Amino acid sequence: MNKKVMAILVPVVSVLIALAISTVIILLIGKNPIDAYGALIKGSFGSKQAIADTVIKTTPLILTGLAVGFGFRAGVFNIGAEGQMVMGALIAATFASNFGSLPPLLAIPLTILIAMSVGAGYAAIAGFLKAKTGAHEVVTTIMLNWIATYFASYMVTGPLKVGSGTPKSPEISDSCQLPVLMKVGAIEMSAGIIIAIIAAIFMYILLNKTTTGYEVKAVGFNPYAAEYGGISVGKNIVLAMAISGALAGLAGATELMGVHHRFLGELSGGKGFDGISIALIGQNNPIGIIFAAFLIGALRTGSNEMQFIGVPKHMVMIIQGIVIFLVAADRIVRTIMIRKRVEK
Amino acid sequence: MYAVEMVNIVKRFPGVLANDHVTVRVKKGEIHAIVGENGAGKSTLMNQLYGLYHPDEGEIFINGEKVVIRGPKDAIKLGIGMVHQHFMLVDTLTVAENVVLGSEPVKGLNFDMKKARQEVKELSEKYGLFVDVDAKIEDIPVGMQQRVEIIKTLYRGANIIILDEPTAVLTPQEVEELFEIMRKLKNDGKTILFISHKLHEVMEISNRITVMRLGKVTGELETSKTNPKEIARHMVGRDVVLRVSKEPHEPKDVIFEIKDLVVKDNRGLTAVNDVSFNVRKGEIVGIAGVAGNGQTELVEAITGLRKIESGHIYFEGKEVAGFTPRQLRELGMSHIPEDRLKHGLIEEFEAYYNIILGQHYRNPFANGAFLNHNNIFKYSEDLMEEFDVRPRKIDHLGGNFSGGNQQKLVVGREIRTNPKFLVVAQPTRGLDVGAIEFIHKQILKMRSLDVGILLISMELEEIFSLSDRILVMYEGEIMGEVKPEETTIEEVGLMMTGHRIEEARRG
Ligand SMILES: Nc1ncnc2c1ncn2[C@@H]1O[C@H](COP(=O)(O)OP(=O)(O)OP(=O)(O)O)[C@@H](O)[C@H]1O
Ligand SMILES: [Mg+2]
Repeated sequence: MNKKVMAILVPVVSVLIALAISTVIILLIGKNPIDAYGALIKGSFGSKQAIADTVIKTTPLILTGLAVGFGFRAGVFNIGAEGQMVMGALIAATFASNFGSLPPLLAIPLTILIAMSVGAGYAAIAGFLKAKTGAHEVVTTIMLNWIATYFASYMVTGPLKVGSGTPKSPEISDSCQLPVLMKVGAIEMSAGIIIAIIAAIFMYILLNKTTTGYEVKAVGFNPYAAEYGGISVGKNIVLAMAISGALAGLAGATELMGVHHRFLGELSGGKGFDGISIALIGQNNPIGIIFAAFLIGALRTGSNEMQFIGVPKHMVMIIQGIVIFLVAADRIVRTIMIRKRVEK
Repeated sequence: MYAVEMVNIVKRFPGVLANDHVTVRVKKGEIHAIVGENGAGKSTLMNQLYGLYHPDEGEIFINGEKVVIRGPKDAIKLGIGMVHQHFMLVDTLTVAENVVLGSEPVKGLNFDMKKARQEVKELSEKYGLFVDVDAKIEDIPVGMQQRVEIIKTLYRGANIIILDEPTAVLTPQEVEELFEIMRKLKNDGKTILFISHKLHEVMEISNRITVMRLGKVTGELETSKTNPKEIARHMVGRDVVLRVSKEPHEPKDVIFEIKDLVVKDNRGLTAVNDVSFNVRKGEIVGIAGVAGNGQTELVEAITGLRKIESGHIYFEGKEVAGFTPRQLRELGMSHIPEDRLKHGLIEEFEAYYNIILGQHYRNPFANGAFLNHNNIFKYSEDLMEEFDVRPRKIDHLGGNFSGGNQQKLVVGREIRTNPKFLVVAQPTRGLDVGAIEFIHKQILKMRSLDVGILLISMELEEIFSLSDRILVMYEGEIMGEVKPEETTIEEVGLMMTGHRIEEARRG
């Protein structure tokens, strides 16, 4: 079957299967699935506030999904999006609390640039180690994640600490905060979502329209042939990691500048790891990643509403888990399809 | 009694009808050859017998019983084994480990290595399949890798063995050994399906022949009642000349030269030992030799893929040792690599991206940072037309072309860069007779355009019919230089086995 059709079909079928299985589970715990899904949809899209909340949850997931997805397309498995996001946000926060005198037009791009460069540089360490010594990026990025996490908690409990309670850094200057697109009660939806969508378009163009995209893909697919074709394998591994890390750093920037306005532990909160699932569901395709991030973002936002009518919140974890399992194991789906054809 | 019957098999790929109502019947205990042009659908047919693809229409009978083969597991259960056109071994495992992979003998909870080694040894002795059970795959020559693949099928109890172009990568000596093994297998009651483009091999080893063309069967022949000419006519639909004629051509200045070159192989052993020679514009210098005598390392060193230990490489008089492949390409060097799947192609890339590999960053394929897809598509269409790459679809994935068409794609790409110096390694490996004729003509055309050409080939016939000078390589050294019209195949053969030219001349 056509590859492109499969790339869309597999995630969609997986979501449908996951919903079917959850329906059975909901029935088994004695609730009405229609009510449960109704609540889920109401909770994620039912009101202005719900929509704003969903968008806010989706934004960083798009960016970390792009980070990991870009890596996959270039043949590197960047498990370090979490660490790159933390480092990007932390360093940017440090500078951005002193940007009060700059106009927003300058302060915002500058803060974003800092977060992205730090993310890129931090990821490039793993790329460099792979290119020079062959150390596998899965191992090195996991190690770098720990370093980032501990370094950040040292900074917010020590040098950067402000106030009491949750360890946190000082608030960033007003001029560094992203403009608010929609305000509902206490919820402010910032322009972060626009940045995320621009990043997706950027990734699409980079991968499909530029020589850089051609080279990183070539190295990812077949390093021997790439080298034969005059493409430097080492340089492109470092570059691929750096671009991936820059996207993760950008996720840190939008969370910092659009949501929390300061660095604190929950800023990353595993979103870097979520990027792996999102990239998988989105089949490493920028548009697919946007949809996947929206799916997960909406599920998470809506789960509270579902809880109210007595269906445990964890239901959405089950749905998410099944989708990821099925997409990752899309061979299984494919085999089932082929079997059907053979038996006919 | 038929061991295998494939009846009215139809297999379609997007835009390609790979098998069009194909019927093949193979008798028990015979060696049945399947021949046909590149892309005729031979591998596709065999892959369906082995369960890798599933027929869209048609039926398969094994030993008279109708079967549905869902995957290789089913095929193995039915006693079918396959050695693929491109090997499928794990480089970093040993011979014994590769053989038992997927059906490992166990002792308690542990993998029983001793038993595995023992069984592999017994099998290899029974059929004369000499292998070093403890060697790693990456360290052994292709001929031995192939024997490992055969042992693997036997280990899993195969009675029907499919060999897809087994001889394409072998030396004449190794081909003889393979045939010996095939005869032993046949005497033992095994049925063999054998694919080859070399008609003399088919004549020598097979009992019956099925000829395919453009997805259809065009002939079923008894080997004893036919001849290569008739087979070729069924294959191509016309008479083919099996040898191209070479016009005399006066070579010009030296374009390429190496001096005292020393290169090591992956294990750190000296593979190229103090080699010096030059190539002039408009001249074809052939390097003959049994595979594994340093040719691979020599080519990699020349083309910037492997670093040299000592010595000099000159391009148009300028030292280029240590240059990257891109720098060398920009100077006007082009390279047709011996292993098209490792170096030559990116299987996941569309044909058009494969066609620009090496020039992808330059005009007209890129303007600055951006690819110019219009130009890329146009160029690819022209190139595929000129080199008759089939199917003529520029968005067909590199890995989905038949072996021979992959080769045409690579050859076309390298020739169309208008190089000044062309390094050609095994250019016609896996090609059908028509395509060989075509590629040879292209190489000779380059020579008439004053391109310097270094040709590395295991096919002595190819070396003799194309080269102006022949260098013979043995264990990393040059045994001597001869002119094709002043030497004989026997003399070169002696040099290939380690006799210096003076000794060989004395006879
Ligand atoms: N997986 C695939 N997807 C799409 N097309 C394919 C695929 N595999 C083979 N084809 C097409 O089917 C046709 C038959 O290919 P096949 O590999 O069977 O040829 P072949 O006879 O083995 O040729 P060769 O001698 O060059 O190996 C070719 O046109 C090829 O491009
Ligand atoms: Mg084939």
